[in-house]
Amino acid sequence: MSAITRRGLFGVGAATAGAAVAGAGALAVGGLPASGAGASAATWTRPDVVPFRGSHQAGIATPVQDRMHTVAFDLSTSDRAAVVRLFKAWTDAANRMTAGQEVGEGAIPALEESPPDDTGEALGLPATRLTLTLGIGPGFFESEGADRFGLRSQRPEALIELPRFAGDKLDPLRTGGDLVVQACADDPQIAVHAIRNLVRIAFGTATVRWSQLGFGKTSSTTPNEMTPRNLFGFKDGTENIGAADTDLLAQHVWVDAAKDGSPSWLDGGTFMVARRIAMRIETWDRTSLGEQEQLIGRTKQSGAPLGSSQERDKVHIEALPPASHVRLVHPDSNDGHHILRRGYSFVDGSDGLGRLDAGLFFIAFCRDPRTQYVPMQRKIASQELLAEYLVHTGSGLWAVPPGVGEGGYWAQSLLEA
Amino acid sequence: MKASETECTPDNTALTAGVTTFNVDNVGSKGTEIYILRPNGSTVGERENIGPGTKVKLTVELTAGEYVVRCRPGDIGDGIKTSIKVTGATKAVQADARIATAVTEYRTYVAAGAADSLKLAKELQAAIAAGDLAKAKTLYVQSRVGWESTEPVAEAFGDLDPEMDLREADLEAGQKWTGWHVIEKGLWEKKSTAGLSEYADKLVANLEDLISRVPTAEINGTSMANGAKELLDEVATGKITGEEEAFSHADLVDFQANVTGAKKVFDLLKPVVVDSQPDLATQLDTTFAALQKELDAVRTGPGVTEFPSYDTVDKASRDKLAAAVDALAEPLSHLAAAVATSA
Repeated sequence: MSAITRRGLFGVGAATAGAAVAGAGALAVGGLPASGAGASAATWTRPDVVPFRGSHQAGIATPVQDRMHTVAFDLSTSDRAAVVRLFKAWTDAANRMTAGQEVGEGAIPALEESPPDDTGEALGLPATRLTLTLGIGPGFFESEGADRFGLRSQRPEALIELPRFAGDKLDPLRTGGDLVVQACADDPQIAVHAIRNLVRIAFGTATVRWSQLGFGKTSSTTPNEMTPRNLFGFKDGTENIGAADTDLLAQHVWVDAAKDGSPSWLDGGTFMVARRIAMRIETWDRTSLGEQEQLIGRTKQSGAPLGSSQERDKVHIEALPPASHVRLVHPDSNDGHHILRRGYSFVDGSDGLGRLDAGLFFIAFCRDPRTQYVPMQRKIASQELLAEYLVHTGSGLWAVPPGVGEGGYWAQSLLEA
Repeated sequence: MKASETECTPDNTALTAGVTTFNVDNVGSKGTEIYILRPNGSTVGERENIGPGTKVKLTVELTAGEYVVRCRPGDIGDGIKTSIKVTGATKAVQADARIATAVTEYRTYVAAGAADSLKLAKELQAAIAAGDLAKAKTLYVQSRVGWESTEPVAEAFGDLDPEMDLREADLEAGQKWTGWHVIEKGLWEKKSTAGLSEYADKLVANLEDLISRVPTAEINGTSMANGAKELLDEVATGKITGEEEAFSHADLVDFQANVTGAKKVFDLLKPVVVDSQPDLATQLDTTFAALQKELDAVRTGPGVTEFPSYDTVDKASRDKLAAAVDALAEPLSHLAAAVATSA
């Protein structure tokens, strides 16, 4: 028996760090309107734990963590029972890892002849608010014309193949995927550990298509915190939907199957858009401050809309430059549509020419990508001047099933439809 | 066993020595922990953070004696204790007659593989001496098959593998390079048999040495199973990437030989696995068959060396092979434990 366990370590930390930690916990866990319902109160009282189970999946409206590892899979089976087995095994592992526990029989098995179920690099670390969020891609319902799992009729109409946008340079090896899992945590080792273990469980049923690491959240869902900055150095996501804003979430994020004409399995779910947006960092850095601010539509220092003095001053779109980013993406320019952004910066080393291979891994959740994401992206791809500094190199759209209830498993409503 | 706020009850409190798995079902409304303790209070095994309504497995190896199973609902206090009694001598894994039979048959298989490689290496030696490049190339590839299907046994000796199968990229500064891959480089890159006799002679001598050592090689059920896993590791790290046969591109021949050797181990141990872990046996049957299907899809004929040059295999086929290797290697890594727990 090792002296320090993950639970044990945390227990000591919470006891000695006192009120500050407890306060953070109340904010991180208690303030969840979406995912908290249905969680078992007996176990989930730790500030580093976001409940895995609830009416919506965690990792959407829950507070944004600092780090991300997102992975897309292709299924290598045509057997629905094998997918059910995978999702049950994933649910069990996700349930444990998000609670700071080891996968299966743990990292140190009783038999030394046995490879450990858990890969071990998270031993001794707190869960750091790990969330795991599953999405289902178009290829799940239909692949090369085949109704692979007998679920073609369950494909939501809004789960489209995203159209080509002006300037897209999509790499097939960074695009699409039958499934996606977004892991977010405050410690990158925790996010990577989670994905690594899910990948391992999937061997034989699903293969990794691509994966992406991200750091430095570029939007928050906690408006009272400082708005984070993206790699252009600007505050990003000032008007994002807040975790506590249940009205906006209901209006713009969560699918209402009856109203939306969606299959009932998706009720309480949403859609996830991911775009790997490479930034031309070096040319941006040589752009004058004035031009940078004109391109974005906000000041660099405070994040105030141009012409205003405070970050949270009301945006008057007609006062902003016509081709500026904020003017084009603002709800007032998009029939009132909001999307919930949850993106991260990435730097994947350098490109061999001495330039950073860096940018924004854009993630957004919305109720209907056809009316929310596509028109907005079509507009900015062709109209905004910022596009000169951006190249979209990866893309994906997935339907995100509702949350997992007690005793249930991921996407159960779909697989048992 | 069931655990709750008031109970900590294994279905069976009189156990037989050996490996025991406790299937713990937390039927209570609080999280709990479970410990298996020796009479002196030290821990044999433990599971923590067992949430309400969840099930976990705790596997421990117990020798004869008294033990305590302790549950700590709510993770507080001393918890609830139940005594268990373990009787009988721990059966050594080797005592399983089925494993002894498997080891004997495997030793015969390894000897036959080495003998096959030796016979063909002698023909390769003759072709090189005669300056017959085309024949030497054919024999080079053929002579690898027996070796590649039994390689982990030779690797266990430590000294033979580096002398026989080292790749140029693995050399240390100042190290003399010998073995198959020197001959490979000469035949394919220099397109000549010149200067290779020295290496062919040494290879033949190494193989004769190997054959003399097989009868006394340390082989048991667990090492056989681990050897099968290592063969798949070889495939995953060397063959899928095309690094093993950098000049001849005969990687798929080695690939098939590795898989054949691993399958042989599984077939020999299967009577044991079917008993101890029937699900694992089924999964291995399925994943071996799936990988073989991918290999059959690219092969050019039924012969052990009838495979295309790996540099002509497209990415889609390589992706399929890689996925099938991962699908097999994961359950295969559990074979050793399944054998160890069979007794």
